[in-house]
Amino acid sequence: MSGHSTYEPKWAAARWMDQRLPIVRMGADFIMMPTPRNLNYWWTFGGILLLCLVIQIVTGVILGMHYVAHVDHAFDSVQRIRRDVPYGWLMQSTHAVGASMFFLAVYMHMFRGLYYGSYKAPREVLWIIGCLIYLVMMATAFLGYTLPWGQMSFWGATVITGFFGAVPVVGESLQQWLLGGYAVDNATLNRFYSLHYLLPFIIAALSGLHVWALHVTGSSNPIGVSNKVKTDTLPFHPYFTVKDMFAVAVFLMIFAFFLFYLPDALGHADNYIKADPLKTPPHIVPEWYFLPFYAILRAVPDKLAGILLMIGAIAVLFVLPWLDTSKVRSMRFRPIARWFFFIFVFFCFILGWCGAETPDDEAFLGLSFYRLSQISTLYYFAYFLVILPILGLIEDPKERPASITQSILDYGDKPEPEKVLAPAE
Amino acid sequence: MAETGLIHHDDIVDDGKRDFIFLAAGAAGALGAASIVWPLLAQMGKAADTLALGSIDIDVGKIGEGEQLKVLWRGAPVFVRHRTAAEIAEAEDVNIDILPDPATDDSRLVPGPDGNLKPQYLVMVGVCTHFGCVPVGEAGDYDGWYCPCHGSHYDTSGRIRKGPAPRNLVVPPYAYTSDTVIKVG
Repeated sequence: MSGHSTYEPKWAAARWMDQRLPIVRMGADFIMMPTPRNLNYWWTFGGILLLCLVIQIVTGVILGMHYVAHVDHAFDSVQRIRRDVPYGWLMQSTHAVGASMFFLAVYMHMFRGLYYGSYKAPREVLWIIGCLIYLVMMATAFLGYTLPWGQMSFWGATVITGFFGAVPVVGESLQQWLLGGYAVDNATLNRFYSLHYLLPFIIAALSGLHVWALHVTGSSNPIGVSNKVKTDTLPFHPYFTVKDMFAVAVFLMIFAFFLFYLPDALGHADNYIKADPLKTPPHIVPEWYFLPFYAILRAVPDKLAGILLMIGAIAVLFVLPWLDTSKVRSMRFRPIARWFFFIFVFFCFILGWCGAETPDDEAFLGLSFYRLSQISTLYYFAYFLVILPILGLIEDPKERPASITQSILDYGDKPEPEKVLAPAE
Repeated sequence: MAETGLIHHDDIVDDGKRDFIFLAAGAAGALGAASIVWPLLAQMGKAADTLALGSIDIDVGKIGEGEQLKVLWRGAPVFVRHRTAAEIAEAEDVNIDILPDPATDDSRLVPGPDGNLKPQYLVMVGVCTHFGCVPVGEAGDYDGWYCPCHGSHYDTSGRIRKGPAPRNLVVPPYAYTSDTVIKVG
């Protein structure tokens, strides 16, 4: 939150600098942001995501020193990085596993936002910037997956760029313009490499805006009641820097487990076969983090409708602040909505399962994955377009604490906090 | 004003003239911007060498009955299938009114040098019209091609029969240059 500056330069040199470029003051004020004291561990994913971005950029720039973006050499150059380049195996695996970890963290971050109503006023712009970051992340991940030039790289790129061919009238021209040819080929690989290098810096810039917007409105919190009195908050540093660091350590343990024990578990074996434009793998699947959207794409028999649904699944997130009519932010106080939310999370996993399987196969009890993905897609959209808009009008929320301080009164033997007179929102 | 000897122009403003200059400068700027943006976007289109890889010759005479040749053309596979009599009969025996993308089998063939159709040779771009995967031959519910990506079934004439693909497999522009050689592209 933009408030009074508490920074006081201690040395003459610091004072000299402060009068010319107060960059240290800016950083100091930034990190001392008053933060709700009741934040739980779901609020640590912001810091974890920042770390993920840094890891991807650092390892990515290093991989760029050894990678060759040419259809004849790309596949071999990645194998060379894994086998011959000093510590190349570590850099390549970190980058590949890191992409999955990045998405794992971003999904936790997004579900947190959905459950605790972090998208509601006054945080709409903060939420929309987050949606934009997610969109650019997906583009970056897709472009990056093409670069190793394996079978999944090639056919994934063919299928995804095929979406643009479904645009009425100009589709084919648009697709060939994107590919730089009649099909995915060297021109495509080159431009994908160029854009894959560019987009992370766009993500970094958007993250800057995201954090800026966060500092204007302040963090939301598990009870969704705004800060009212001084005892509601603690300075971000050291209280939440330390808490974030603990979460980062746990996260890095999971990261390290995959990195050192199962580096290929999150990828697909077919990507160890060099790209062959004459042969399609029997079963094309995207990376796990795209599976739910892939299931939505396949849930309708019409090509254009499938693409529009898939785009809609992400577009609906952008307008969520205006779809959810409830003034109550946290689902802790929404006894009905929270169950619909848990079902929503459940169906997201079901969609992921459907995306990984063949549509015509049986899921269970004679139900095909095709039908299952249709049911799940229906719920996905109903949650945003029907359930949240209607529920906000008819649901009777539980009574909320008057303040964050009030909400933690019962907790242990803490001294009595100052009295709160402000009513609940 | 008087001390400096300068004329104070606010007294003699010509609003119409200012609007004209504003619009003219804006329009010139927009045109200039567009002329810069166009090359920036057009560079992504097909390069001259890509366009130059236009056509290929295929000797269809070497393909045995019931066999299929797969050739790379413009970065995508072209199927040349020497169809069996049963396959041709099956393709011609379809009521085209029930097809998602109606086309007779004959309309998907090209006449040879003698002016007659050669129904035994079916030439198609082997790219599923759904999302561009390569369909598998002699597969699917209609004895033609089956796309493993999203389950589109094509018949023995390469026409879409079932699944998400919107159109029949594309017949590329080609012609017989002799009795057994075709030129694709």
